[in-house]
Amino acid sequence: MAAIDKNSRVLGIVLPILVGVVMLVMWEGSVRYWQVPKYLVPSPFLVAETLVTQWPLLFNSLLVTLQVTFMAFFFAVLIGTLIAFAFAQSRLIEMSFFPYAVLLQVTPVVAIAPLIIIWVKQPTAALVVCATIVALFPIISNTILGLRSVNPGLLNLFRMNKATRLQELVRLRIPSAAPYFFGGLRISSGLALIGAVVAEFVAGTGGTSAGLAYQILQAGFQLDIPLLFAALFLITLTGVALFLLMVALSKLALGDWHESELVPET
Amino acid sequence: MRMAQAVRAPDTDPAAGPPAIEVLGADKVFGNGTRALAPIDLTVDQGEFVTLLGPSGCGKSTLLKMVANLIEPTSGGLMWWGRDYDHVGQAGRKLVFVFQDPTLMPWSRVRSNVRLPLDLAGTPKQEGDARVDQALAMVGLSRFDGCYPRELSGGMQMRVSIARALVTEPNLLLMDEPFGALDEITRNKLDQDLLDLWFQKKLTVVFVTHSIYESVFLSTRVVVMAARPGRVLRELIIDEPYPRDDAFRVSQKFAAYARDLQVLLAEASISGAPHI
Repeated sequence: MAAIDKNSRVLGIVLPILVGVVMLVMWEGSVRYWQVPKYLVPSPFLVAETLVTQWPLLFNSLLVTLQVTFMAFFFAVLIGTLIAFAFAQSRLIEMSFFPYAVLLQVTPVVAIAPLIIIWVKQPTAALVVCATIVALFPIISNTILGLRSVNPGLLNLFRMNKATRLQELVRLRIPSAAPYFFGGLRISSGLALIGAVVAEFVAGTGGTSAGLAYQILQAGFQLDIPLLFAALFLITLTGVALFLLMVALSKLALGDWHESELVPET
Repeated sequence: MRMAQAVRAPDTDPAAGPPAIEVLGADKVFGNGTRALAPIDLTVDQGEFVTLLGPSGCGKSTLLKMVANLIEPTSGGLMWWGRDYDHVGQAGRKLVFVFQDPTLMPWSRVRSNVRLPLDLAGTPKQEGDARVDQALAMVGLSRFDGCYPRELSGGMQMRVSIARALVTEPNLLLMDEPFGALDEITRNKLDQDLLDLWFQKKLTVVFVTHSIYESVFLSTRVVVMAARPGRVLRELIIDEPYPRDDAFRVSQKFAAYARDLQVLLAEASISGAPHI
């Protein structure tokens, strides 16, 4: 059975790559065959070439977007976890404030971004605030769910052993919440990136702090479609990298015990 | 962990001290008006192994939880070692509850699971280590202390749960159908081991079960309960010396006790529940 396991793992890598290569070849082929102008659809080769020639510009923008994404993600995790702990400590607090957390979630960030940009003078800070708002909710809702999803038997056991509230939190509620929290991280990391890009579209900041979204906007105006594709490619790549990072983190933290990380035994 | 030499049963003479538990006309009516327990009077002396046997809904778990002070009686009261619950936890007055499920922390290894009550009480590390080793040895799991619960079978998980109970060095063990979810072979083995532990450590045990055979094999006394409302129907002394082993399971006497209990249980089901 181990051989099949190994095979399926290899296939899991090889097959998607194969599909990707076939698609790229078809893309390249169609562009050449129908002689599609590069300001409509550039060929993959041209995109790759642009990626290399425009690398200094794109890399700089990537760093800006990454910075906003990571800062927003960091604040979302920090604030979200703190809010979740406060909510989990008391039903009254949760009842009073949860509707407003939902309000934050359902308001499209595009709609409030102009306001935030007016209020927060520093451009990067404004972007971070927008992206944080987008990334915040999954952390709050998942962590609360986790902190509340405690095995009632274990809770009884802790109470019978006269555990303090702190012991209950640290030794029971936090470990119980971990799988939910990491689920929230996966969603939130992607949302932080989306939030960063969306906010930048609205803000359209230029100059030295131009992120990838700004490059896409500019490339669109100038019909520099290869550059647009190259920037798009970098954003996607960043999203995938973030996701994989979260998967690895989750595996590191839960791999030993949680069902979601176990390899079925054969 | 079996006792090799034949020893007489532990001293169940009430003169050894106050009864471990006295239930004094305690009853339970739940918020929705359901009368779970009619007023119950029950005394468990130190060193006894009492099983509460009855059909589902007879309130045996409710009664056990009341004894564990997990739920309060609606009226009436309870005494532990002749005093109120505030004194429970002092030397010689420790009680511990073993759940129906192993109730282990999946993120902790066996050792930390067993250690939990000591950690919560702030026991020094060295003393704790020694006691954890001891408790694991008692349930025969010393080699598995580094495993995660999911790596163990259901029976082994239950042993971990019992080790976690023993690590506090209790005097009174309250067990709520602890082996109910296990297959019969595993259950018999665990019953045997539990009996040896009780014998060796001079524990008092109150054990809830719906298995007639388990109650006969284990108990010094079986309390048969009936439903609607939950009440004590009859008590039956199992007058058979310890240690008991598989020979007892297949003996005439065992069969006779089982038959008596079967009749009582049938009565319990009829008298309490007109429509099941």
